[in-house]
Amino acid sequence: MITNEQMINDLSDIVKPYIQNQVAFDNLSADTDFINDLKINSANLVDVVLDIEDKFDIEIDNESMDKMLNVKAAVEIIATKLAKK
Amino acid sequence: MENRVVITGMGVVAPNGVGLEAFSNAIRHGISGIEFFSDLKEFGFSCCIAGIPMVSEQLKREYFTELQLKNFNSSGILYGCIAGMDAWKDAGLAISESTDFDSGTVFGAGTSGIDKFREAIYKLDDGKVRRLGSTVVAQTMASGVSAYLGGILGLGNQVTTNSSACTTGTEAILMGYDRIKAGKAKRMLIGSTSDSGPYVWGGFDAMRVLTYKHNESPAQGSRPMSATAAGFVPGSGAGAMVLESLESALERDATIYAEVLGGDVNSGGQRNDGSMTAPNSEAVQRCISAALKNARIQPKDIDVINGHLTATSKDFTEIRNWSEALDLKGTDFPYINSLKSMVGHCLCASGSIESVASVLQIKEGFVFQNINCNDLNEEITGLISKERIPQKTIKKDINIVAKASFGFGDVNGCVIFKKFNK
Repeated sequence: MITNEQMINDLSDIVKPYIQNQVAFDNLSADTDFINDLKINSANLVDVVLDIEDKFDIEIDNESMDKMLNVKAAVEIIATKLAKK
Repeated sequence: MENRVVITGMGVVAPNGVGLEAFSNAIRHGISGIEFFSDLKEFGFSCCIAGIPMVSEQLKREYFTELQLKNFNSSGILYGCIAGMDAWKDAGLAISESTDFDSGTVFGAGTSGIDKFREAIYKLDDGKVRRLGSTVVAQTMASGVSAYLGGILGLGNQVTTNSSACTTGTEAILMGYDRIKAGKAKRMLIGSTSDSGPYVWGGFDAMRVLTYKHNESPAQGSRPMSATAAGFVPGSGAGAMVLESLESALERDATIYAEVLGGDVNSGGQRNDGSMTAPNSEAVQRCISAALKNARIQPKDIDVINGHLTATSKDFTEIRNWSEALDLKGTDFPYINSLKSMVGHCLCASGSIESVASVLQIKEGFVFQNINCNDLNEEITGLISKERIPQKTIKKDINIVAKASFGFGDVNGCVIFKKFNK
């Protein structure tokens, strides 16, 4: 079973190419917001989701995708999808 | 008052040289950029030779961020951005933090990101539309190249892509010229680009307009004006220029490569001998005559013609059209050259890459050589003296170059470049 900490590490690797605020990235925590803090271009959020699907071998539905705006929500959704596998 | 329009920067990504210095050296020395490509052979192409610019992974990273390169698969946008950014830098212009409302771009293309489009089609057909990600639209929309350049440079004037087949690059120059002349912009980055590869070139191979006779001798394959011309060699790349009002150029104390004196675009309407694929000679001659009239020059003022000259049976028709439009023949005819002998036919990029070559001749004082035509077509030499078709680069002061391009759809463009004098 993957821990939350591992998952945040994996997420951090995934979002790294898209971030435009290095300071916020260096201080990445569960509360970090993808758009407001990391300044990820909103168009790129769909690419982040696809990269998450590839990494964890899961499929993220549209409703979940709409909610994945910060690290905490992403971790919860990934955990839910992994549990259903 | 109408503005005079000058060229203050250039960039080029050509099969025989990436960057102005390498390209200038290549055209002076008659270096061919045509090579054999085994993938074309594997696809079953009759013509397995082509011109593709050498852009290393390292060079890409000098122009694009890692994020821009993520899932990037558009050779046309790649070439166009490198040429455009080089031209901007060459003009001594900085990348603006704020929007520059005085500067725009007309950057032409025929297709955009055709390899990216192929990727997307495969995913779609596989029922995976949601797996396309965010990068398909920007790379495959026709205006992709101008949208990328507009964003990289912060352009706030007109930002658009024109498309008129092989006339595209020459037309872009005249579109930018018109806008500056009318006082609607101070600077226009103009250029055009063409994707590389089998998915662009396949249709031409199927039309049997490409040569299949030089798969073993690629550098000799592109033979404009030769008696053994047997079809064109496909090429790719991009060319770009910064056009600027004379007032703005002088204010900035910018280097001036040449002046754009004027030109013309028209169409033969696919009537008479014109068709989707062949030019109506009457329209070609009218275009040339109108360009001279617009530039207020006489035929005898032209030092060099940089022709369209693709290495098909139409080469003679083109030269006859020049000769009749200018009413010049034999030794009175200007020098004439075809860059396609070295880079092949770069399709939508041809007009802009060849215009960069045309202007280098004015700036640096030479007439570049034609390669692969020491066996000149006798119909051509029956009309103009063979000494007007240089086989070796000539060092010479050049005042005026006339550049023309002709494209599918029976469309024509002719632009006149002149050495700058206050």
